Amino acid sequence: MSDLNKLTLTQALEKLDRKQISLTDIYTDVNQAIDQNNKKLNVYLNLQDHPEKIAQSQHSHQLKGLPIAVKDNFSAIGLPTTASSNILKDYYPPFESTVTKKIKQAGGVVIGKTNLDAWAHGSSTETSDFGRTLNPRNPDYLPGGSSGGSAAAIAGDLAIAAIGSETAGSIRQPAAWCGTVGLKPSYGRVSRYGVIAMASSTDSPGPITKTVEDAALLFTIMAGHDPNDATTSANTVPNLTQELNQSIKGLKIGLLYLDVPGLETIKPIYQEQIKVLQSLGAVVEPVQALDPHYAIGVYTVVQRSEVSSNLARLDGIRYGQDRSFFGAEAKRRIMLGTFTLSKGYADQYYNLAQKVRTLFIQDFEKLFSQYDVLIAPTSPGFAKKIGSSQGAAMFGELEDMLLEPSSIAGLPGISVPCYKDNQTNLYLGLNIMAPMFREDLMVRVADAFEKNTPWNSWRNNS
Amino acid sequence: MTTYTPVIGLEIHAELKTASKMFCGCANDPFSAKSPNIYTCPVCLGLPGALPVPNKKAIDWTIKLGLALDCKINYFSKFDRKNYFYADLAKGYQISQYDIPFCYEGKISTSQGEIRITRIHLEEDTGKLLHDTVAGTPVSLIDFNRSGVPLVEIVCEPDIKGGAQAQEYGKKLRCLMRYLNIADCKMAQGGMRLAANISLAPVGTKGLPNYKVEVKNINSFKFLEQAIDYEIDRQTELLDQGQTPVQETRGWDANKQQTFSQRTKEAAEDYRYFPDPDIPPIEFTKQQISAIKKSLPELPEQVIARWQDKYQLSQSTAEQLSASQEQVAWIDQILTLAHQQQLSPLDIINDLINKKIKVKVDDDAQAVVTQFKTLHQTVAVDQDQLDQAVTLVISQNPDAVAKYKAGKTQVLGFLMGQIMAQLKTKVDPQQIKIALTTALK
Repeated sequence: MSDLNKLTLTQALEKLDRKQISLTDIYTDVNQAIDQNNKKLNVYLNLQDHPEKIAQSQHSHQLKGLPIAVKDNFSAIGLPTTASSNILKDYYPPFESTVTKKIKQAGGVVIGKTNLDAWAHGSSTETSDFGRTLNPRNPDYLPGGSSGGSAAAIAGDLAIAAIGSETAGSIRQPAAWCGTVGLKPSYGRVSRYGVIAMASSTDSPGPITKTVEDAALLFTIMAGHDPNDATTSANTVPNLTQELNQSIKGLKIGLLYLDVPGLETIKPIYQEQIKVLQSLGAVVEPVQALDPHYAIGVYTVVQRSEVSSNLARLDGIRYGQDRSFFGAEAKRRIMLGTFTLSKGYADQYYNLAQKVRTLFIQDFEKLFSQYDVLIAPTSPGFAKKIGSSQGAAMFGELEDMLLEPSSIAGLPGISVPCYKDNQTNLYLGLNIMAPMFREDLMVRVADAFEKNTPWNSWRNNS
Repeated sequence: MTTYTPVIGLEIHAELKTASKMFCGCANDPFSAKSPNIYTCPVCLGLPGALPVPNKKAIDWTIKLGLALDCKINYFSKFDRKNYFYADLAKGYQISQYDIPFCYEGKISTSQGEIRITRIHLEEDTGKLLHDTVAGTPVSLIDFNRSGVPLVEIVCEPDIKGGAQAQEYGKKLRCLMRYLNIADCKMAQGGMRLAANISLAPVGTKGLPNYKVEVKNINSFKFLEQAIDYEIDRQTELLDQGQTPVQETRGWDANKQQTFSQRTKEAAEDYRYFPDPDIPPIEFTKQQISAIKKSLPELPEQVIARWQDKYQLSQSTAEQLSASQEQVAWIDQILTLAHQQQLSPLDIINDLINKKIKVKVDDDAQAVVTQFKTLHQTVAVDQDQLDQAVTLVISQNPDAVAKYKAGKTQVLGFLMGQIMAQLKTKVDPQQIKIALTTALK
C-alpha cells in the first residue's frame, strides 16, 4: 500500500487497529512526502528527528503514535518554538504547552513545527520571518494564515492531522483556503498555556484536519479545564464524535453576511451549496446581523492593544535578539496598540472597542435565541495570490472580516470545504458558528454537510 | 510669616507571606533563598506562553487586611496590567489593580487623629537587580526569586500632619499585618517599603497644593519620620522665599540626614493600564466576605481597649504590650493568673515593663507570677522589734529626722532603708512606713 500519508486520522486509526498497516509504513510515506514537498511549500520550520521511534512507544495510546503537525507558537520540548520570529529563532522552551502535552499523552507525535505569520500576526503566512508557505492546492496561491503551515501540512498530506490556533480567523481562514477542516473552539474551551500569546482575550487553539470526524476527535483530546489557564472553562467537554452521523432535521440555521459588499461573486455559490442543508431537513433563513465592518475596528484595536503588552516581554534582555529583530508587521501592531491604550486615547479606542464588543456579544445572543447555529462564508473569497499581503497592512482584517464578529464574541466555529474551483483547484469554506460551548451543534451540521457534498477531497478522492 | 499645614500621604507596600507566589506555584521565600533564581518557573520568569493563575489565599488575606482597616470591599474586582519597561520586570508589565482595588475607604486611628485609607490593592513584586563585577566587567544581574511575590499596596488620604504621625501610622499597619499573620514586614529586607507624598498648604487655604514631592524607598520608620520632617523644613523655606518646590521624586540619605532629588516628573507616567485578559474578573459573595470577617482575630485596638477596661492599664502600656498576637496571648495568661491569685495585675505589668521581673516573651506565665511574688515577698515582724529598730534609726539620724520635720518627706525612703537594714529581713514596706511616720509625729 502506498500514499498512507493521505489517510485521514480516523482511517489511519482504524487501519492500525485492524493491523492492515503498520506505523512504520505510515511514517515512511509521511517522511517521503515531507522530503519531496517541504522545501518547496515551506510548511515545517523544524522537524522531529526520527519521529517513528517516538511513535513506537506511543502505539498503545488513543492516537497510536500518529504524526501531528503543530503550529510553531505552541511550546513543545525538544524543538525550537519560534512563532516564526527571528527574535525567538534559537528559543527552546523549557516547558510544554497544555495542548501538546495532551496530544502527546494521548499518543500523538509532534512530527514538526509549522510555519505561521510571525507572532500569528496575519492571514497569509507571508509575514513569517522564515519565508512564506505556499498553498499545496495551487502553489501560486497563499495558504492563508496565520496557521497557514498547519493547513498546508494537511492539504499537502505532510501530516495526518494538525494543530493551529485562532485569534480571529487563523484556523478557519487557512483551512478554507487550503480545502481542509478547521475547528475554532469556544474561547476558554482549550487551554492557552504554553501558546505564545497573540491576543489573549480571543486566542483559541484548535485542530486543522482532513475531515470533520478527525476534528471532533482531536477537539475531544485537546479541550478541557486547565489549572494553568485561569480563563479555561470548567464546563464538561462534550464528546464530539457522538455528534457524527446525526440528523440535522428541524435544526434552525441562520445565514449571515451574503449581502456584505464584495461577496457578490461567491454569493450564488453559497446559495446553491446550502440547499443541501435544507434537503437534510434543516430550516435555513437569511438573517441580519451587526455589520461585520464594525468588528474589524473592534478586533483591530483590542488585538493590537493586547499585542503591544504581550510582546513587551521580548525586551532584548533574554532570548538573544533585541527588539530591532521584530518584523514590520509586529512593529506596526506594537505601535498601534501602544497608542490605543495611551492616556487620553484609551477611551476613544480601547475602551470604546470593548463596549462595541459587548454589542456584538449581545447581537449573537439575540441571534442564537432564534437559531441553533449560524452559517456564513468563511472568507470573502478564494485564496489570494502569493505576494498579495505585501504592502497591505489591513490584509488580514479584510480577509477575516466575516470571522471577526464571532471571534470577538468568543464563539466556536468550524469551517468545512463547500466548493472547489476546478480551474485553480482552490476551495471555499463554509463557516458554521454555534453558541458558547455548543461545539456539538456545529459539528453535527458540519459532519452532515461534509458527508452529503462532494467537496471533501479525502472523502471523494479528488 | 505664612504658616503651613503639611499634607502627607503614604503608600506602603508589604509582601504577603503566602507559601507560594501570587500567580504560580513557586515558593514565596525570596529572603532565605540559598542562591538566585531557584524559585522560578515559566510563569514568574514571564516566558512566552506562560499564564498567571491568581493565588486565592493572597486575595483572601488582602480582603482580611481591608476588613481589619474598616474598608469597604469591591464585590466585583479584577487584575490589570501596568505596562512599563524595567529589567527586573519579567513580562514588561506588572499585574496589579487599577480602578477596582479589592478594598477601599477604610480608616485607622493614631494619637494625632484618624487617617483615612484610600485603597488597598494586590499586585506582584518584581525581580531584583544585582550590580556586580564578573571577570573584571561591571554587570547587572537579575534574580527572579522575588518576581511574582504577592504584594499589597496600602494608600492613605493626605491626612498625616508630620513625621511622628507617619511613623505611628506605619508601625500600626505593620503591627496589624503581623497580627493578621499575613506579612512579616521585614523592613531591612524590603518586605515592607514606604513612600511618602509630602506638600505644604498655607493655613486657611482649601484644596491640595499645586505640587507634591514623593520620597521613595524608605526602609525604616525612623528614616520615614526624619525624611518627612526634613521635607517640611525644606519646603517651608522654599515657600517662604516665594518659590514652589519642584514636583519630583526624592530619596533619603541617612548619612547626610537629608533628602535628595532622584527624578523629576516632567509629565505624568502613562502605564497604559488595561484589564489583564489572562485573569477573569473576580466576584465575591456576601457569604465569602462575612466568612473572612469572622476569621479576623482580636485586633490590637480591641486588645488595648479590653486591657484598659478590665485591668486599668494605661494606653501606652497596653500599646507596648500588644505588639504581636503571641505577646498578647502571653500577657493575657499572666493577667489571668494574677487575677486568680489575687495579685495586682497592674503591679505585675509595671514590674514587667520596668524589667524588675527578668523574663522573655513565652516564658511560663506561672513562672512570671512566681517571680513577682518572690520579689515582693515579705515576712511579718514583731511590732516590738520593729519599734526598737525605728527608735534606733531615728536616734542615729538626727539630720534626716530634722529634714523630714522641715517638710522634706523624701528622706522617708532613706530612713525606711536604714530600718530594713537593721531588721535584716524583708518586711512589708507599708508596715515600716506606718511605724516610722507614727514615731516621727
